[in-house]
Amino acid sequence: MTEHRAETVDQWLDDMISPLQELLRVTPDAGLIGIRKGGVAIAQRLHQRLQPETPLGELDIAFYRDDFAQAGLHPVVGPSSVPFSVDDRTIVLIDDVLATGRTVRAAMNEIFDHGRPSRIILAVLAEREGHELPIRADIVGVRLDVPANAYIAFDTVRARVTVGTRG
Amino acid sequence: MTLAHPQFDSDGALRHFLDLDGVSRETLTTILDTAEGFAPIGERKVRTVPLLRGRTVANLFFENSTRTRTAFELAAKRLSADVLNIDLVSSSTAKGESLLDTLRVLESLQCDMFIVRHSQSGAARFIAQHIAPGIAVVNGGDGQHAHPTQGLLDMFTIRRHKGDFSQLTVVLIGDIRHSRVARSDLAALKILGAGEVRVVGPRTLVPADAEALGARFVPRLDDALQGADVIMGLRLQRERMNGAKVPSSAEFFRHFGLSAERLSLAKPDAIVMHPGPTNRGVEIAGDVADGKQSVILEQVTAGLAVRMAVMSMVLGSHTSNRVESHQAPGVGP
Repeated sequence: MTEHRAETVDQWLDDMISPLQELLRVTPDAGLIGIRKGGVAIAQRLHQRLQPETPLGELDIAFYRDDFAQAGLHPVVGPSSVPFSVDDRTIVLIDDVLATGRTVRAAMNEIFDHGRPSRIILAVLAEREGHELPIRADIVGVRLDVPANAYIAFDTVRARVTVGTRG
Repeated sequence: MTLAHPQFDSDGALRHFLDLDGVSRETLTTILDTAEGFAPIGERKVRTVPLLRGRTVANLFFENSTRTRTAFELAAKRLSADVLNIDLVSSSTAKGESLLDTLRVLESLQCDMFIVRHSQSGAARFIAQHIAPGIAVVNGGDGQHAHPTQGLLDMFTIRRHKGDFSQLTVVLIGDIRHSRVARSDLAALKILGAGEVRVVGPRTLVPADAEALGARFVPRLDDALQGADVIMGLRLQRERMNGAKVPSSAEFFRHFGLSAERLSLAKPDAIVMHPGPTNRGVEIAGDVADGKQSVILEQVTAGLAVRMAVMSMVLGSHTSNRVESHQAPGVGP
């Protein structure tokens, strides 16, 4: 098991800041939306540092997941909240880890039920192998080379990242 | 006991929703939390989520009901399910077909869920016990037994306004004995640990076992309303009056009607609830039903989110039909 300390995670976040600043310079009304739970924690930190004009959005994708038939309804952490109009806006979708791409697909489906964005940018703290869909991140804090059976867990409280394998 | 109830699978998860027997506080709270997730969907331009896309929900109404049927139908449609409304009041059962024969026919229509409304207590449970595995049954009201989704939407509404149940004084007024709504409300309040529950109404309309249901019988409405946080009116059914259990509507209102004057005995921020349809001037004064303490229409809206939660939970995966997921552990869906 490898643990990346909060300081390391901060550096990854730093690497996400400058491309996001550039994006906000061109499209100042871009809306940041985090995916619960890990993505919201990342999005909150980015939003705090960037101070964009649009308030932060949060998505709970439990009602959009593609594994309802296999796994049933996943626990709902809280209602989705998108406190701005998505129509014709650049959306920065934020998650902690991009792996299969299924979460992002579900989140994009939900975003389109809120409106028709002009484009969606994907920003993730960590990207890893294991893509199952043609979805790649535009802004990445770190690329982690981990075994296929590894998990990457972002600890939202202590802002640390743990990489391990389930036995 | 709990596991023997047909509404639970071997993991204790709800596979049907028939009444509140054996439902834990944790499960009930999960339903309410899930409903909170569904609630804002009604505010969007696109008011549907794709959760039950391709599933078929059949409303089996053996008893007339516009409100409940409409609420279940809309909730199912907001989950992207296909909905069949089958009016059984005037249909095959009237032609002498047995209930079991009717069920076999409905199973053959390849539905995933039945919403059952029936005038006989226990009908939904009977259907759940005789239906093919894989079909979920939700009780939309059976006789005088239970109306569990109404009970839950009432709890959802109370929780939104009042939060912690343990501090609350809740008053139920009227025909408690014949009311499946009251029975489900009392059961839910007990599960959620409501501070104090009072029932008030004519002695003939209050069940002898009120204490067993977690409530205290208070004979006079003025006494019952003192310090109340939540006041729940119930519909006085006309047939009860014909049965001479109540002298007249005017007489009922004089003793047990919720007037503005009486409402002032409760806490100033008390909420007024009613499952509808209301009999104005019988159990509730018009100005109270329309007043600023009334949450009667909020209850109707809450009914959509709560029914969406129940339907998506009972149709979720169960031990008998679970398929292994292929997703990478720990990340994403």
